[in-house]
Amino acid sequence: MNRALRLIRRRLIGSIAVLLIVITGTFLLLEAAPGDAVDAYVVSVGGDASMIEELRRRWGLDQSAATRFAVYISSLARLDLGHSVAFSRPNLDVILERLPDTLLLMGSATALSFCLGTFLGIVAGSRPGSFRDRFLSIGSLALYAVPGFWLGLVLIVIFSVQLRWLQLGGIETIASGKTGAPRALDIARHLVLPVASLGFIYLALYLRMMRVGMAEVWRMDFVLAARARGIGRRRIVLRHVARNALLPLVTMLGLQSAAMLGGSVVIESVFSVPGLGRLAQEAVAARDTPLLLGIILVSAVLVIAVNLAVDLLYAGLDPRVGSSGEAA
Amino acid sequence: MSDFAISRRGVLAGSTFLLASTALPAALRAQTPTNGGRLIAAADSEPRNLNPAIIASNGVFFVASKIVEPLAEASFTGKDGLEPRLATSWEGSADGLTVTFKLREGVTWHDGKPFTSADVAFSALQVWKPLQNLGRVVFKDLEAVDTPDDHTAIFRFARPTPFQLIRNALPALTSVVPKHLYEVSEIADNPANTAPVGTGPFKFAEHRPGEYYRLEKYDAYWGEDQPRLDEIIYRVLPDRAAAAGALEAEEIHLAAFSAVPLADLERISKVPGIGVISKGYETLTYQLVVEINHRRKELADRKVRQAIAHAIDKEFVVKTIFLGYATASTGPVPRNDVQFYSSDVPTYAFDVAKANALLDEAGYKRGEGGTRFALKLLPAPYFNETKQFGDYLRQALAEIGIDAELVNNDAAAHQKAVYTDHTFDLAIAPPVFRGDPAISTTILVQSGIPDGVPFSNQGGYANPELDALIAKAAETLDPDQRIALYVDFQKMVAEDLPLINVAEWGFITVARSSVKEVSNNPRWAVSNWADTWIEG
Repeated sequence: MNRALRLIRRRLIGSIAVLLIVITGTFLLLEAAPGDAVDAYVVSVGGDASMIEELRRRWGLDQSAATRFAVYISSLARLDLGHSVAFSRPNLDVILERLPDTLLLMGSATALSFCLGTFLGIVAGSRPGSFRDRFLSIGSLALYAVPGFWLGLVLIVIFSVQLRWLQLGGIETIASGKTGAPRALDIARHLVLPVASLGFIYLALYLRMMRVGMAEVWRMDFVLAARARGIGRRRIVLRHVARNALLPLVTMLGLQSAAMLGGSVVIESVFSVPGLGRLAQEAVAARDTPLLLGIILVSAVLVIAVNLAVDLLYAGLDPRVGSSGEAA
Repeated sequence: MSDFAISRRGVLAGSTFLLASTALPAALRAQTPTNGGRLIAAADSEPRNLNPAIIASNGVFFVASKIVEPLAEASFTGKDGLEPRLATSWEGSADGLTVTFKLREGVTWHDGKPFTSADVAFSALQVWKPLQNLGRVVFKDLEAVDTPDDHTAIFRFARPTPFQLIRNALPALTSVVPKHLYEVSEIADNPANTAPVGTGPFKFAEHRPGEYYRLEKYDAYWGEDQPRLDEIIYRVLPDRAAAAGALEAEEIHLAAFSAVPLADLERISKVPGIGVISKGYETLTYQLVVEINHRRKELADRKVRQAIAHAIDKEFVVKTIFLGYATASTGPVPRNDVQFYSSDVPTYAFDVAKANALLDEAGYKRGEGGTRFALKLLPAPYFNETKQFGDYLRQALAEIGIDAELVNNDAAAHQKAVYTDHTFDLAIAPPVFRGDPAISTTILVQSGIPDGVPFSNQGGYANPELDALIAKAAETLDPDQRIALYVDFQKMVAEDLPLINVAEWGFITVARSSVKEVSNNPRWAVSNWADTWIEG
């Protein structure tokens, strides 16, 4: 337990530095982008010079970039994420409203790609070089190469427009008044296609990693020893080979959580899921710096938390990790 | 009331409908409207402020026009192209200093309070004139609004203001908001801006950000037997491909403002039960315009501008980029405007040889590699068509030895580059003609506009003669004289080419044929949908 606490403490200190770098970088990038929130706003509504000046003053955009950054950081130190100019509401409210949908989408897609990827990886890796192995490897690579939005659109055309089995977008039936279990079922039905589009793309990574890991473990002495002892093939595959090959996949799970967040921007847009990814896209288009910083911050915290959880899990699985300062 | 509905349906049936052949007989058959039902429409954006009295833009009107009503609405059949809403009559004095509105009686706000002339006076003086993007121009000389009784409002202007202009501005600029809700707190931050309260046939029910807006029938609406629908849902579909799919899958009934891309129309028009309608946008005409930076010495030369105009094949643009859903322009007023349009203007036929000759004459000989000079071309990113026209224009200019470098920006960056920093040589813009040149058209060529104002003359063009003409038209009261001045205006713009008008287009509505009374007025998508009903 002590070991875990030390790991958490070390990680939290590192995280603050990471978050500061992320915030500063995002702020500078948005500053470098031409046009500000007022420019983005008047495009859609028009307006004259005095209105534009008044808006800049009200939204604090007449201040220098350094001043605005200082104001943002000092309010952040008080755990205040500020006010969104694009939504005229507190950033935290806007973000928390969208977070559950993204978590649900990402969580389900991660679970799908991890479980199915690992399973297929075991199937492929149990007989490296077999037809089954070749087929799965090539198939998963093909899926990996397909752009997410295209896969999403194809699934929509087949399952929503032609067959009409599933809804073509949204997170739940509009104003249906459903609650409890029927609502959960409704949301699940809406999630099938977006989760499949997002999950299938990352499936290949887990599959290939599992397969390679297994191929390596096959050559190890203890496997040979197990075979010499006359242990059944199925038992060797599951108990000895797969189990050892699984460890690096857990690391991958942490790393992929960041990539998944990026992929969800596209998928949320294609399937009209009101999540964080789409919100980020809107924030960039509206040049809503505080909102985008808030989204990035929340995402960064999320990724750090997932990685911390993975490390803790890892420490549990492999006693060599995190036992002292120099390990890991 | 009922003959009125029939006559409007007659107009509908007689007009050019691009309906699927199977749907046509159904549309022509007279049907008895049924009440009830939920209409689901696609929305591609969620405006942060839903108050049409402050933001008179189509994105806001699309949702808010069902909740908050103007004094009058545009009409195919009504006198002067208008049909009464909150005002039942309007009259301007001969000296142009007053306009008297008689207001509808027995109208209530959605919170039950009565609608009176005080609401109109408040909206005009506190909202339209000081805060509204278009009202700041049209109502700039509005001094006071007298309210002798609850149902009369008399607008008093400090300087003579053409009644014709006020009349043309009624549908888009005069959304009336409730005084009792807006006088208690600051107007710009009022909660009613995001959950509007009006007198319209539908009341605001809820907004789930990123998902939908829901409007509910207002039972105490003044219109007899209106509204027909129980509910309108605007489903947010940000992806361009989503609306067509959703219509086919019967998840939505209607996609307005060309939410279904032009390239998909031919295919979707063949789907049974879906109709493609190009009517209902007559007073919302968008114009495809080449904006010119007159600070560039080459472009300050009229011959060069004429050469560019001759290099553009407008028919090709209409046919290839707009797939026929547009009209080639002759000048700054669109052809479909019945009051002001004049075809008596200099025209520029597609003629590459003539364009080349004009450039030679202007002294810009072809140099190495056949290039005369290079310039920067910035297409506005708001429509697929403006971007595609950018690609076309680049090639057309190459034909006459002008090397155009395309610079593609997103909306905010384009706004800054063109309208604030002026770092462009040519830009492509989609301004809107709003039924009167004084509302948002003269500003495109008038000089002396401060930096940063979108859809205005930011190209540094200054023509004292044209400025004088615009100023004179702005204070001319006689409608015929005013029209004559705008005919001169069109001639002068087409002659001197401060900008080049290429094409003009309305949008396309795609709807399931179960939806009735669609596109029955010239700004239908942004009108109140009180008579719209749904079959079955």
